[in-house]
Amino acid sequence: MRILFCLLLALAALPARADLNVFATVPEWAALAREIGGDKLRVYSATTAFQDPHRIEARPSLLAQARRADLVVAAGADLETAWLPLVLRDSGNAAIQPGRPGYFEAAAQVRRLDVPAVVDRAHGDVHAAGNPHIHLDPRNVLKVGEALSARLAELDAANAAAYRAGYAAFATRWQAAVARWEKEAAPLKGMPVLVHHASFAYLNHWLGLVEVGALEPKPGIEPTASHLGALLAQQQAKPARMVLRTAYQPDGPSRWIAGKTGMPAVLLPYTVGGTPEAKDLSGLFDDTVQRLLKAAR
Amino acid sequence: MSKKLTALALLLAASGVVQAEDGDLAAIRAQIDEMKKTYEQRIAALEQKLAQAEAKTAPPAAQPMPAIEPAPAATSAASGFNPEVSLILQGQYRNMKQLDERGITGFVPAGGHDHGAGEIEDGSKRGFSVNHTELVLAANIDPYWRGQAILALIDGAVEVEEAWFQSLGLGQGIGLKGGRFRSGIGYLNEQHPHMWDFSDAPLMYQALFGTHGSYAQDGVQAKWLAPTELFVELGAEAGRGAAFPGTDRNGNGRGAAALFAHVGGDVGVAHNWRAGLSWLTTEARNRAAHFEGVAGDEVEGAFSGSSRTWIADFVWKWAPDGNPKYRNFKFQTEYFQRQERGTLAVDDNPDAYRTRQSGWYAQGVYQFTPNWRAGLRYEQLDSGTRDFGSHAATVLVEDYRPKKASAMLDYSWSEFSRVRLQYAQDKSMLGITDHQITLQYVMSLGAHGAHKF
Repeated sequence: MRILFCLLLALAALPARADLNVFATVPEWAALAREIGGDKLRVYSATTAFQDPHRIEARPSLLAQARRADLVVAAGADLETAWLPLVLRDSGNAAIQPGRPGYFEAAAQVRRLDVPAVVDRAHGDVHAAGNPHIHLDPRNVLKVGEALSARLAELDAANAAAYRAGYAAFATRWQAAVARWEKEAAPLKGMPVLVHHASFAYLNHWLGLVEVGALEPKPGIEPTASHLGALLAQQQAKPARMVLRTAYQPDGPSRWIAGKTGMPAVLLPYTVGGTPEAKDLSGLFDDTVQRLLKAAR
Repeated sequence: MSKKLTALALLLAASGVVQAEDGDLAAIRAQIDEMKKTYEQRIAALEQKLAQAEAKTAPPAAQPMPAIEPAPAATSAASGFNPEVSLILQGQYRNMKQLDERGITGFVPAGGHDHGAGEIEDGSKRGFSVNHTELVLAANIDPYWRGQAILALIDGAVEVEEAWFQSLGLGQGIGLKGGRFRSGIGYLNEQHPHMWDFSDAPLMYQALFGTHGSYAQDGVQAKWLAPTELFVELGAEAGRGAAFPGTDRNGNGRGAAALFAHVGGDVGVAHNWRAGLSWLTTEARNRAAHFEGVAGDEVEGAFSGSSRTWIADFVWKWAPDGNPKYRNFKFQTEYFQRQERGTLAVDDNPDAYRTRQSGWYAQGVYQFTPNWRAGLRYEQLDSGTRDFGSHAATVLVEDYRPKKASAMLDYSWSEFSRVRLQYAQDKSMLGITDHQITLQYVMSLGAHGAHKF
């Protein structure tokens, strides 16, 4: 009898919970949702910093999580095109379908860089909507945060004030932090760098780093010996100072180029959790700036 | 008693059913509502004034942050509504024994999938050959439905492999599909040949559904995904049931029905799995097949009765840190059992006929660099019990366990292009060991959609 009551109690308690289930496709937007919503949200991140978000599989656990989500926070700009559309369609969850308030795309909130003039797979894994790795410009994070807090308030009107307050507090901290990072990173301006993949377009744009080449011959195509050789030759004319990669990219190609040229191979956290220091969004940028400065010394 | 009461009170509170019936409260609410209304009117008026003032003055105040503005929305040409189009090019060079008629000893041939008299079936083609060219068209129809058609193009013929619509907005974990579709039974059944890890379907699928290697029918499918952390999916299908092992009976009601259940999840970050159990029931009327006679002759038989199939499947995937791009391993296995019951007519003389057959395959594929994968597959069927009644006197009934072992190595330049070399030792026919070598290509053009797990 008591068990039955407990069960009934549990069932009755379910609809009364105000928590929103947020399904974020990547760790950076999961972290942003946590900053804004705090304990009002239950946030699930579909990927970790060690997983290439382009190449995730629509595994059963993702379907189960999407089924229960009230809001999907996607990076957008085709980053998750290999798995997210399938997860959304097969989730049987009407609320999170594209076009509904329960589907949010971060990249749609900002101006994208590298929007290709020609969309042709001969150019590799190009994104028609532009480079999707928008979060490494912290000013974009603020824009996404503003739109996300408005969306959360729309979905969960009861906690709207909390989301607005959460965003306002975050924005104040963030603006101060951005000013600090920009000041710290001032010596990096104009520094030529190589990158593994076009993951750092927005970071470079923000800090004024100059990307002089990518280890991937085409986006999404693994580095080849001949392409690395060409980069080495290019080093004479356009010398780069360091080579950047994310935690989910292999270190071999970076190390090879670093070994041949003497430039440092720099692992950047890229997203929350990519390094032990990048515990949250501000940790991500603190660590990114520190690692760049250390390598530039 | 008191315990029960507190529980009840808690229950009421939790559901938010507590209602205050106080007259004073109602009055206060009315007052607040009134105040809200007047304030809203005032605010609206103020906002209008502000907008007018802003319109008069020159450009708006500078932004506090020199951030990048949102990109303009995509151009809305009518062609923007065109469906996603993709095309699969697939073909091979195959080296194997010359056999008059390929089949699996102890199993009724599915009648195959030939394209006109005298044509050689896809699975029997030696030398160079091109498979069907698959044309896929898909798009959201409106906010509620999505549609997809897969057309198989081959000389002089277009076959509608799949043509279905799927619900987008039903909610509650419910998904509906209608039209012609590959059934959700088993694991491999829903996958098209370009997604296979080997160049041919497992013997099990060939025995169950013919050289096409999948069961598709015209009908409806309903799926339900449970709102739990563990992936639990239940599905049911009803359809025409015209395909092997059934026959087209052109009747009212359902010709075939299927049920399936899937469970799955993650184990840590690096491992994920899915297991399933499926059941298919269908009926055949005068399903023609020829059997080897005791006198070395050929005996024509027509089966009428029921055909029921169970399939159990299990898939396990591993990738370091859950990042499959560079290295990953996939293990997959399926087991089936089929029972057929009814009558077999030989020379218009029907008699009782019963079979109970089974089989399985297991395979592992290891991707050891972003470009290279290697895989092994072993499979075995069991001709099981076959009761031909009085026809046992004319039909040769042999117990046999067809076996096949395959090894493959494939190279992918990108997600969209792949070549594969496969060697198979095929003992699916009694007394014959066929060493098969296949060099195959699979190319995907255009808006290639996501693949299932």
